[in-house]
Amino acid sequence: MSNIPSHLNYTESHEWVSVDDDGNARIGITDHAQEALGDLVYVELPAVGDEISQSDPCAVVESVKAASDLYAPVSGTIVEINETLDDDPAVINSDPYDDGWLFLVKLVDKAELEGLKDAEAYAALLED
Amino acid sequence: MSQRTPLFNEHVAAGARMVDFGGWEMPINYGSQIEEHHKVRQAAGMFDVSHMTVVDIKGPQARIFLSYLLANDVAKLQTPGRALYSCMLNEQGGILDDLITYYLDELFFRVVVNAATHDKDMAWITEQARAFDIEVTERPELAMIAVQGPAARQAVLEQLPDGDARSAAELKPFSAGQFGDLFIARTGYTGEDGFEVSMPAQAASGFWNQCLAAGVAPCGLGARDTLRLEAGMNLYGQDMDETVTPLESALGWTVAMKDERAFVGKDALLKQKAGGVESKLVGLVLQGRGVLRPGQRIVTDAGEGVTTSGSFSPTLQKAIAFARIPSEAVQSCQVDIRGKLLDCSIVRPPFARDGAVCEGIV
Repeated sequence: MSNIPSHLNYTESHEWVSVDDDGNARIGITDHAQEALGDLVYVELPAVGDEISQSDPCAVVESVKAASDLYAPVSGTIVEINETLDDDPAVINSDPYDDGWLFLVKLVDKAELEGLKDAEAYAALLED
Repeated sequence: MSQRTPLFNEHVAAGARMVDFGGWEMPINYGSQIEEHHKVRQAAGMFDVSHMTVVDIKGPQARIFLSYLLANDVAKLQTPGRALYSCMLNEQGGILDDLITYYLDELFFRVVVNAATHDKDMAWITEQARAFDIEVTERPELAMIAVQGPAARQAVLEQLPDGDARSAAELKPFSAGQFGDLFIARTGYTGEDGFEVSMPAQAASGFWNQCLAAGVAPCGLGARDTLRLEAGMNLYGQDMDETVTPLESALGWTVAMKDERAFVGKDALLKQKAGGVESKLVGLVLQGRGVLRPGQRIVTDAGEGVTTSGSFSPTLQKAIAFARIPSEAVQSCQVDIRGKLLDCSIVRPPFARDGAVCEGIV
């Protein structure tokens, strides 16, 4: 059974979102996603300053098995990326919700967050 | 309806993630594919390869038949137990499959072909066999386990009675022998030493569990793929198929066509060789970061090509691939990854074998 922390929000494409105290959104992939992908070996992240739009592909995570697009859970400007992933993408496998975060977004529209799933709804999605 | 090998329950017990492979339910990994890969390069791992097809060719014309059927020459097999790698071609020189032939005695040869090509191979072999005095018998009741890695042979030998263990320890690379229920071959698909062991289905779980107890790690098809890629071994259906010849697939060394022997596809190969072979299969190492995958576009000074296999290499810690490119291309090329052209060096596989990166690769 995969780990689904109750304080996060989720997408159908298996990204998670948490809103920091300053209002920026932190993005990563779920435990379910990392397990399905297998050992991660490369991550292609957007650059700081890039604009991303909700539901558009904005990053690529690659495991030994396959390359997988990451879809932006929210729209906004990239304010920080997790540079440690360059050297150690496997941290996404070992700690997908904490040290394995991908990037931080300055939101354009907070209302977009309301369309995301809560932990319960995401768990139900995985059940299907 | 997918088929299961006699080791299905062992895979589930070991926590395998199962996938469909050529109509078979097979383990892709048991957790971490990379750890399994390293285990084989550094110690010992085992693969269930029971889905592969074992075919016995028996009769007075067994050797003559194989001499006609295969692009490599079974005349090279003069000591009982010796094995030979070969392609089986159609009349156009296209590769129907690649296989290993074991010479057991003058009346008995055994071939092992791929699982995904089972139906096509059996139809072809049966058809070609009609003109010969031989009997073609499939052996679906045999399970097969490949135990691979520097510690692999020892782990298998420990399970044998003393006399058999001493004889099996003497097996040279690419040789095989029957030891009680076990047909043990010093072959593999990983670039490491080891054995491929065939046995009756009912003996498979016992053998598997004894290997497990001896510290051999269960490994899935994922690690098998990165190991064979590093070892410079083609995968049928991906690096080669009926649309290409061995000469375009880095397998010219497996074709014996200098003498008078006639074999299926020979005329087409001679014609291709005389006219000049336009493409070749090479190894690529990505210079920067990223991952090579099958089907990526390759740009060279001599024209375009395409990757046929590609992955992250756990041994090199870099992306590696096989690519089919124009014969004139040398040294370097570029790969199109999501619209960006990235530099690759062109190398001659293998990339890694016997626990280490091969010379001249990086």
